[in-house]
Amino acid sequence: MTLLPSRAKAVPGQGNRGTPPPRTPAQRKRALGLDRGAWFLLLPALIPILVLSVGPLLYAVSLAFTDAQAGRTESTQFVGLLNFTDLRHDTLFWDSFRIGLVWALCVTSLQFLLALGLALLLNQNLRLRWLARTLALVPWAMPEVVVGIMWRLVYHQDAGILNQTLGQLGIIDSNVDWLTSLSLALPSVIAVGVWAGMPQTTVVLLAGLQNVPTELREAAALDGAGAWRRFTTVTWPAIRPVVLAITALNFIWNFNSFGLVYVLTQGGPGGRTRLPMLFAYEEAFKYGQYGYAAAMGLAMVALIAVLLVLFLRRRLKEDSR
Amino acid sequence: MTTTPHVSRPPTRRRLARGAGRAGQYLALVCYLVFLGFPLVWLLSTALKSPQELGSIDPTWIPEHPTLENFRAAFDAQPLLRSALNSALVATSSAVIAVAIAVPAAYVMVRYRSRISQAGTVWVLVSQMFPFVLVIIPLFLVLRNLHLINSLPGLVVVYVVWNLPFSLWMLRGYVQAVPLSLEEAAAMDGASRARTLTHVVLPLLTPGLVATLMFSFVTAWNEFFFALVLLKSPEKQTMSVILTHFIGAEGVADLGPLAAAALLATLPSLLFFALLQRRLVSGMLAGAVKA
Repeated sequence: MTLLPSRAKAVPGQGNRGTPPPRTPAQRKRALGLDRGAWFLLLPALIPILVLSVGPLLYAVSLAFTDAQAGRTESTQFVGLLNFTDLRHDTLFWDSFRIGLVWALCVTSLQFLLALGLALLLNQNLRLRWLARTLALVPWAMPEVVVGIMWRLVYHQDAGILNQTLGQLGIIDSNVDWLTSLSLALPSVIAVGVWAGMPQTTVVLLAGLQNVPTELREAAALDGAGAWRRFTTVTWPAIRPVVLAITALNFIWNFNSFGLVYVLTQGGPGGRTRLPMLFAYEEAFKYGQYGYAAAMGLAMVALIAVLLVLFLRRRLKEDSR
Repeated sequence: MTTTPHVSRPPTRRRLARGAGRAGQYLALVCYLVFLGFPLVWLLSTALKSPQELGSIDPTWIPEHPTLENFRAAFDAQPLLRSALNSALVATSSAVIAVAIAVPAAYVMVRYRSRISQAGTVWVLVSQMFPFVLVIIPLFLVLRNLHLINSLPGLVVVYVVWNLPFSLWMLRGYVQAVPLSLEEAAAMDGASRARTLTHVVLPLLTPGLVATLMFSFVTAWNEFFFALVLLKSPEKQTMSVILTHFIGAEGVADLGPLAAAALLATLPSLLFFALLQRRLVSGMLAGAVKA
């Protein structure tokens, strides 16, 4: 218990939040808890947010209930829930949605496991750690499109290094068609997703690990706790909030991802890698079905929200136990 | 992971076990290095190979006759320079505008306990959840009415809004780190609120500002989806979009120039990331831990 104060110090400035600002006479005239000066500071950000973020979102929600289309002369009509009933019977959308879920779940979980392993390694005093740290930052900095192009080169059927290496090792006899084979395309794309997203997760987890007080772990080791026990009783509880935050965010980001798969397969072969975002993009900007695509986006948000609430609620319940 | 043996084991076995644990750790680290590094090496190697070598059915890791020919070919094939300028212009202006309007807002969000501040925090989180497609359709229709489709200013506007949540998130952390006592001291000495902000708070925020600027720049430089939807004519397109033109309709590509162009497009982001890596992590966590 004596260790607690030092831990509080490790997170500086925690007590600052909510400290009242310096008292000035102007503070007596306040709206929503803000004086005039504060409103003046807030407005430059508030206006673009309201006009270009909240506004368009509301507009998108209303579009979902209309038959808005590209290149139509007559005005768009309110069609009620028609888009959503259409969506319910649109097997292509549900296929795409299923693929999106498989993709997001696989990428997020693999990303997390691999990142946790790497973060634990980087938290040790190993040689070559600097190299791994540097390499772990590179994929994060790379544009999605470049990551996609790079992996196309790796996966290339004839000139790619993957087929060459696996062939030399005797694992495969003939060159594999990684990105155009019906069964391999999705797993191949998932591997790229893991590669691209793992570094960021690693960095966040590593920072979380470095906030775990070493005294606690040493004390546990002195008491005879093995590595696994030390991990489950000391490390895991300490990094748990960070883990929850980053996996939830990763899941959302992965489910909404677009560029990587667009460059790798354009949703092919035969729609096997057509993530919901690609589907909605085609619907809106290839076929001009704005209303229907907006309904699709709305359905995606709703389903993600439900999944997240379920995930976070279960986790938070476990915490309170 | 080290396997710490049971206390009653003899010390030699313990040392052995620890040695094995270390070896296992290094093995795992090497696996990670290979997984993370090999695509990068391959990209570099492809960019430096001659067309003849790229056509060979027996690809090698290291180019036999390294050449910069692909880089020249890349510039010839697509308007790379033009697109790099477009990207730089859009990324710089959107980053500057986003940070300029996020700093005062972040200050208010930290220093005032108000409904608005809470709503702001919630919005930052919620905005992460919406798929771009839901935002881009209305934005596309609005920008089209304003004749800002296929124009760089239109894209800047979109990027500013898109960068705001994360800029706010990072800057919040930095503002929280500025000691309140300094502001109080300045107020005691008779400095006005504006003067306190510009002469006390802002100088202390500078490192955080630079980090946020660079991160916003990289985000905008790397962005693909909005640029793809909003920019139609090749002379307006940003680098991410131009890169996809290297891949033909059939997915056939001139591999060498493709790799060379991809490398060039990564350089600015890599440079900035190298400069800001430490701050980035602390900034993200500062926001996350104190949320």
